[in-house]
Amino acid sequence: MAATIVTRKTDWTGIIFAAVLTLVIVFPLVVVGTWAFTNVWRYPSVIPQEFGLRFWNQTLARADVWSSISMSLTLAFTVTALSAAICLPAAYAFARMDFPGRNLLFFSFLAGHAFPKFGLLVAIAGIFLQLNLIGTFWGVVLIQLVGTLLFMIWIPVAAFQAVDRRMEEAARDVGASPFRVFWSITLPQAGPTIAAAILLSFVGTFYETEGAWLIGAPQVRTLPVLMISFINNQPVIQYGAVLSVLLWVPSFIALLFARKVVNSGSFARGFGG
Amino acid sequence: MSVLKIKDVSKIFPNGTTAVDSFSLDVADGELVCLLGPSGSGKSTLLRMVGGFETPTSGLMTIDGEDITRVPPEKRPTGMVFQSHALWTHMNVFKNLAFGLKLRKVPADEIKRRVEGVLELVGLGGYGTRSVTQLSGGQQQRVALARSLVLEPKILLLDEPFASLDQHLRERLREEVRDIQQRLKITTLFVTHGQDEALSMADRIVVMRDGKTEQIDRPDVVYREPQTPFVAGFIGTMNLIEGVVSNGVFSKAGYATPLPVSDGPVTLAVRPESLDLSAVSQGSQGKVHRVTDYGTHGMVDLELLDGTRVKAMVPHPDLFKPGQGVTLAPKAIAAYRDGRVIHRTGVVATTAHPALVDA
Repeated sequence: MAATIVTRKTDWTGIIFAAVLTLVIVFPLVVVGTWAFTNVWRYPSVIPQEFGLRFWNQTLARADVWSSISMSLTLAFTVTALSAAICLPAAYAFARMDFPGRNLLFFSFLAGHAFPKFGLLVAIAGIFLQLNLIGTFWGVVLIQLVGTLLFMIWIPVAAFQAVDRRMEEAARDVGASPFRVFWSITLPQAGPTIAAAILLSFVGTFYETEGAWLIGAPQVRTLPVLMISFINNQPVIQYGAVLSVLLWVPSFIALLFARKVVNSGSFARGFGG
Repeated sequence: MSVLKIKDVSKIFPNGTTAVDSFSLDVADGELVCLLGPSGSGKSTLLRMVGGFETPTSGLMTIDGEDITRVPPEKRPTGMVFQSHALWTHMNVFKNLAFGLKLRKVPADEIKRRVEGVLELVGLGGYGTRSVTQLSGGQQQRVALARSLVLEPKILLLDEPFASLDQHLRERLREEVRDIQQRLKITTLFVTHGQDEALSMADRIVVMRDGKTEQIDRPDVVYREPQTPFVAGFIGTMNLIEGVVSNGVFSKAGYATPLPVSDGPVTLAVRPESLDLSAVSQGSQGKVHRVTDYGTHGMVDLELLDGTRVKAMVPHPDLFKPGQGVTLAPKAIAAYRDGRVIHRTGVVATTAHPALVDA
């Protein structure tokens, strides 16, 4: 009952935050979403003159759109799987073992994010050119792997560190080998947080544009790269808008998945929260 | 049916700390031995070495004659119960108990039978499908015990298993654990810093300090005949009075008592229950500071003439008031010099040893 007696004060700070967030995040999304389902929208009308799916039909009829969707999905799956295979054991080593240069190596994963990314990419592209990796699928996989390292090392390290050592020892005690302990105890315990890292990695790779464009174009064309070329080369806004909405789909599915698998604390715990 | 032998085991950590220093102990078949000591005395490190979680720097450990010194924990016939329970929260109670059996490729129907049997034993019959996070602290500790027992280890290791429980539950669980241990006749090594736990459960107590053994004896002997002033002060309440002996008389600030040892500094040890007080108006040896009535008995805190605090247990606390003068009459005393007992009188007759020890 006490709660109802307290007079509710208007939370102006909250309202202002909500308004600003709406303006900068939701409003552009609504505009792009509206454009995607618009057949005719001419100045100065505030709402479109004609809604419709004309541009969806036209966009989805193009072979390059479908091939780029499949390319993007293949890339995102490959990069995430490789990243998990490489980074999770490494993260476990960082979390549980002490070796020379551990801290330096650990912080070196920040380096990829500490400098202007495009400069780094151009330098890598120079090396890839000599290795004949430019314009190849595996060239793009490599460059996108670099982008996932930070998430896939730092978050799982925190997750593994949060696993109670005694639980692992108790498993050894009842007869589990070190590998079995990792598989049956450590991984399930760290699971939700690691799922969060994998999700971030997948979505991040799916949207990654600069690396894919610089290393992959024109042979390897991902959905974001195709969208950029549409926006640059097409006077019709709707093509870009339809592709943007298409791009939202995986992150929307990922979010739904996240709500099921990842409890709210996992992301925070991953960052040491 | 197993015997644990620890011979000259030492553990020096990489940072140079000596946690355990040339420790030796034989634990007989079916015996429950308590490692008792303050934090940092090396008792947990010792237990972890027996469990295989730490490797001794030197020394030898055997179970039934088999050298286990460098055997990894998963290959040892030991079962450890951790202070924090360390239950696997992503498995239910049944799966926690079945995990070790599955690793041993025990058939499913036998796993079911054994898990249910052990759950009955610890009083948790029918709890198999419960999530371990739904259980109370005491139930979690029972599951942790069951998880070790279900594998029928040769040696059971308990690392302060009741430390996280409240007093009431702790007392009940230690009786249960003692009952189970005696019923299964399982050789057990138990680490605790609680003297009550050690005194009430152990067949023998090992008092440890700085990685070394201070005394290994039956609980009643450790309590009544502590071999060092450290043991005397650590087990139970003990008045330790530093004084000087001259011509066979111990004296300290107006208090004097005959003590047949050679001249020199001596630490006199008297239990509160062995110290009789008489209220006097003249010629007092001390002054009452505080009287506490515990219902069954009273505890008088008194000060000798130089301010040294002494405790005495009295049957009638209402006879004493703060500020009152008293004289002291110890019924049983021990005297220590250079860390060893040099004299003891009036030991209560229940011990098998002679009442007088004179070194």
